[in-house]
Amino acid sequence: MRRRLNWERVASVVLLSPAVLATAVFVYGFIGWTAYASLSNWDRLLPDLSFVGLSNYEKLFANQRFQIDLRNTVVFTLVFLVACLVIGFVLALLLDQRVAGEGIFRSIYLFPMSISFIVTGVVWRWLLNPGSTELGSTGINSLFDMLGLGFLKSGWYTDPKIGIIAVAIAATWQMSGYTMAMYLAGLRAIPEELREAARVDGASEVQIVRHIILPLLQPITLSAVIVLGHISLKIYDLVVSMTGPGIGFATDVPAYYMWDTTFRGNHFARGAAIAIVLLVMVAVLIVPYLIRSTRTEAEL
Amino acid sequence: MTTKARVATGSRRPVTWQRLLLYVVLIAAAIFFLMPIYVLLVTGLKSFAEVSLNDMWNLPRGLHFDSFIKAWFGSQEEGFRGLNVNFLNSVYLTVPATLLSAMWGSINGYLLAKWKFKGSDILFPLLLFGMFIPYQSILIPLVQTLQKINFFGIKLYGSIFGLIVAHVVYGLPITTLIFRNYYANIPTELIEASRIDGANIFSIYRHILFPLSLPGFVVVMIWQFTSIWNDFLFAVTITSNPASQPITVGLNNLAGSYIVEWNVQMAGALIAALPTLLVYIFLGRFFMRGLLAGSLKG
Repeated sequence: MRRRLNWERVASVVLLSPAVLATAVFVYGFIGWTAYASLSNWDRLLPDLSFVGLSNYEKLFANQRFQIDLRNTVVFTLVFLVACLVIGFVLALLLDQRVAGEGIFRSIYLFPMSISFIVTGVVWRWLLNPGSTELGSTGINSLFDMLGLGFLKSGWYTDPKIGIIAVAIAATWQMSGYTMAMYLAGLRAIPEELREAARVDGASEVQIVRHIILPLLQPITLSAVIVLGHISLKIYDLVVSMTGPGIGFATDVPAYYMWDTTFRGNHFARGAAIAIVLLVMVAVLIVPYLIRSTRTEAEL
Repeated sequence: MTTKARVATGSRRPVTWQRLLLYVVLIAAAIFFLMPIYVLLVTGLKSFAEVSLNDMWNLPRGLHFDSFIKAWFGSQEEGFRGLNVNFLNSVYLTVPATLLSAMWGSINGYLLAKWKFKGSDILFPLLLFGMFIPYQSILIPLVQTLQKINFFGIKLYGSIFGLIVAHVVYGLPITTLIFRNYYANIPTELIEASRIDGANIFSIYRHILFPLSLPGFVVVMIWQFTSIWNDFLFAVTITSNPASQPITVGLNNLAGSYIVEWNVQMAGALIAALPTLLVYIFLGRFFMRGLLAGSLKG
């Protein structure tokens, strides 16, 4: 018995080794390689891996485009996160009121998640096309005109001040169904007795939401913040298809700058440095969450 | 329990205007989510004479498929490629990559769920980290590596094969995660009973777990199908030759070209979205499960 157990132990490790090896090389090895490239002098198509220390990072943080990108990432993340959480929570709360046709509503709110950011970008580029003086209003702006809401008209992504917010609106359209689904699953897990007891004690519906439901849904809010937050740090496809970097880099983001400078400009070391900055930002968000959720799982 | 909770039916009348408001909000939200699809459809179905940015919201006067035909076949006079080649490339990419990564994920999930060893609790989060990384941080070495590999005359860089490799490798964390959680729910007693009958590591998988895996495979394959079909970053980096580019890159080129009318772009967008939309419409339930598993709460 014992001997058989041993050969099976060996077999299990051998069978798992391709995955371990692939992860070691393609994830950790490649990250290490990128990190090394970010410390090198590689600034043209042919690799030049002579070591220059942190000077690429120094130049990067002094670079105006990168500063704008970081600002855009912050604005995008805030708008996108708050909008997704609020819309998702409100829709989930409403759908939890024994609504007729709940399944249909749920499917409609969630379907944008199944399509590509490229498709979203192509459509929203036309929807948020502000039009021009010759053309008049187009897209959403002309809809506002028709509904008598002309004061809501905007330059959207052509306006350097709010360009990145226009991209965040499209991203919210795509992802708020996700928070809705997560919150709805959470709401369904809260026992009705809890709300009933609060009602008996004279709590209003608003108080029930504030003091019972929201605290109980906190773990869901946390994982939604982490999942959506890492998506917004990595956002790339949507910018490519919707706006590009925009006028004065109004809609540029680090992920876009990285691809542009690396594969169009051949500034490999700078691209690698941007990639590592992105990785560090994502890791700060993800690693504690990853450790916590795998640890609690192991305790079960 | 629920009937008791909602005995509030007696107080139904004073709430009706609130119910009305509830439905108004829900329907308004539904209109917001459907609006882009409406524009896609009505624009794609208009005739070329009818298309104008100012009349974006009007219904078409008849059904015209000219835009779809042009988006699919391209136009030689105007000098742009259609999406037909890209669509097929996406099929050739997505089908094998989905099957391979599902199979591999199933084996890894089995080993991590039922053959835990010292260190597997450390290995698992290290594996999972790979699904959150910004792929920019591995892109430069990936391109260099794929450029060097020449597999029996098949070049990996610039071809669908290279993309398959990338998607199978970087799909590994999510497929392993979903299968691990799935197999963890299959009772260990089942396995112990079969061990008494002399089953080993291979026969347990083949005769017990694999036959029970269908729901797991459906969830994983839908997830992988959707994310590989929708991927743009790997596609645009690895395939620079238009003849081997998948649909997302094809659509982006089509939409980024100034000579392509915007109704053709909209028709192209609908073509690119259609396969995953259909999967969502018919298998939405499983899509949801993959989604929730993706946030680690499997």
